[in-house]
Amino acid sequence: MFDKLWEYLQFPFVRYALIVGILIALCSSLLGVTLVLKRFSFIGDGLSHVAFGAMAIASVANLTNQMIIVMPITVISAVLLLRTGQNSRIKGDAAIAMISVGALAFGYLLMNIFSTSSNLSGDVCSTLFGSTSMLTLRLSDVIVCAVISFIVIGVFLFFYNKIFAVTFDESFASAVGTRTKSYNLLLAIIIAVVIVTAMKLVGSLMISALIIFPALSAMRLFRSFKAVTVFSVILSVVCAVVGMVISILAGTPVGSTIVAVDVAAFLLCTVSGAVVSAVK
Amino acid sequence: MSMIEVKELELGYENRTILKNLSFSVNEGEYLCIVGENGSGKSTLMKTLLGLQKPVGGEIILGDGLRKNEIGYLPQQTIVQKDFPASVREIVLSGCQARCGLRPFYNREEKQLAEKNMERMGITKYAKRCYRDLSGGQQQRVLLARALCATRKILLLDEPVSGLDPVVTAEMYELIESLNKEGITIIMISHDISAAVCYASHILHIGKKIFFGTREEYMRSDTGKLFITREESAEDV
Ligand SMILES: Nc1ncnc2c1ncn2[C@@H]1O[C@H](COP(=O)(O)OP(=O)(O)O)[C@@H](O)[C@H]1O
Ligand SMILES: [Mg+2]
Repeated sequence: MFDKLWEYLQFPFVRYALIVGILIALCSSLLGVTLVLKRFSFIGDGLSHVAFGAMAIASVANLTNQMIIVMPITVISAVLLLRTGQNSRIKGDAAIAMISVGALAFGYLLMNIFSTSSNLSGDVCSTLFGSTSMLTLRLSDVIVCAVISFIVIGVFLFFYNKIFAVTFDESFASAVGTRTKSYNLLLAIIIAVVIVTAMKLVGSLMISALIIFPALSAMRLFRSFKAVTVFSVILSVVCAVVGMVISILAGTPVGSTIVAVDVAAFLLCTVSGAVVSAVK
Repeated sequence: MSMIEVKELELGYENRTILKNLSFSVNEGEYLCIVGENGSGKSTLMKTLLGLQKPVGGEIILGDGLRKNEIGYLPQQTIVQKDFPASVREIVLSGCQARCGLRPFYNREEKQLAEKNMERMGITKYAKRCYRDLSGGQQQRVLLARALCATRKILLLDEPVSGLDPVVTAEMYELIESLNKEGITIIMISHDISAAVCYASHILHIGKKIFFGTREEYMRSDTGKLFITREESAEDV
């Protein structure tokens, strides 16, 4: 088995895929805790559908660099969704449901009418569930992904304490003069960037899983924000690597394999968390 | 000049006004208790004082060189906080937030301040424990320590004893009183009128009738008498 893996690793595209997968897993898990606890997960879900719609526009327009369209549309939607979400919870939820289902329908329609591709359902399927494009990455894709990841990680580290304060208790933070509105905006933008980047790996339907599962798993075991954040990053990277290796060896789809490993890790953490607290 | 002066304040959400014609002032070292029935707008008033929401009308003047990042606040507990994975030290440190500005990490002075305030609240031994595993009284001490990191001058407390048992409640009141004696101005919301008339120097009663004055004036006033007797008879039942 290791021989086989070694053999695969000789191909540059396999190495690129692994690097990109690790970077994406790292970035997406960083914000998981905040997303879960701030009840932002619904925004994450809505955004991934918007990103799908944007992707459809980009592929219909036959752009070579789809990011040029997908990134701005998703970021703008993130800002808008955050606005509506804050006014009132119920109205916000409805708005998000409308936008995400709308984007999904619109995107599929566009692809159906205008697509010149002979393999339409294949295209749609790979946008939704992650694609083999993971294995057709070029060096430039890897570099773009690395740059985005370093920016995300840098922003997260720089604002770590602010993000903690805003997530734990927004009204306190704002009462003592932290600019919570700006930080919420920043969070929404990072989430959008992460989602667009992560679409490559797991497709738009499963991004939320990649973001949320590691955080939920870590919360079963650890009890400080720092420990939860560190553990969820490690877990996410490990799951991504394991998932990719399995998918290379067994020929399963990359995205769903990674998410399946994440789910398994979540179950494992839940059980061990329960055991630990029972022993105490 | 007063620390906080409120003139003809009108409170509300969106278009709905909850309270009108509210005027009062708080001077340095005073202990103001805000009382009134549930839903009368006490929390709304506090949020407006903190600038978390805009007043519908009137004005709030911060005096005596009080800046917005010198106010300590203990909010009514929210559901999000209850299952948050955070250690006591992380939470208390986050009270130093306003001092940092854009600086990403806490400096030594701020870390010492956090340690000192944990000591002051008697929670140093829980520093590494998870907030959600603590009892209600311990949790309130953590939030109080955090508020103390944010201020040396004034504390705004929204129902600091709700959900606590009588012994812990008494401890909490003692703690707040000792802070007041150290010179920190206190504005506290409470629906425990007997505690209010026991500890506060001034009382603001909001509701259909608004009363503002010293504790003695309150006990002589009609609003006060009515509320105190009603409270006592409720306790007898
Ligand atoms: N976010 C909100 N939007 C609209 N109305 C609110 C909001 N929060 C509270 N209210 C209303 O404002 C009134 C006063 O609430 P509040 O200030 O919490 O009262 P208290 O703290 O005195 O119990 C209540 O009638 C409540 O229904
Ligand atoms: Mg209240």
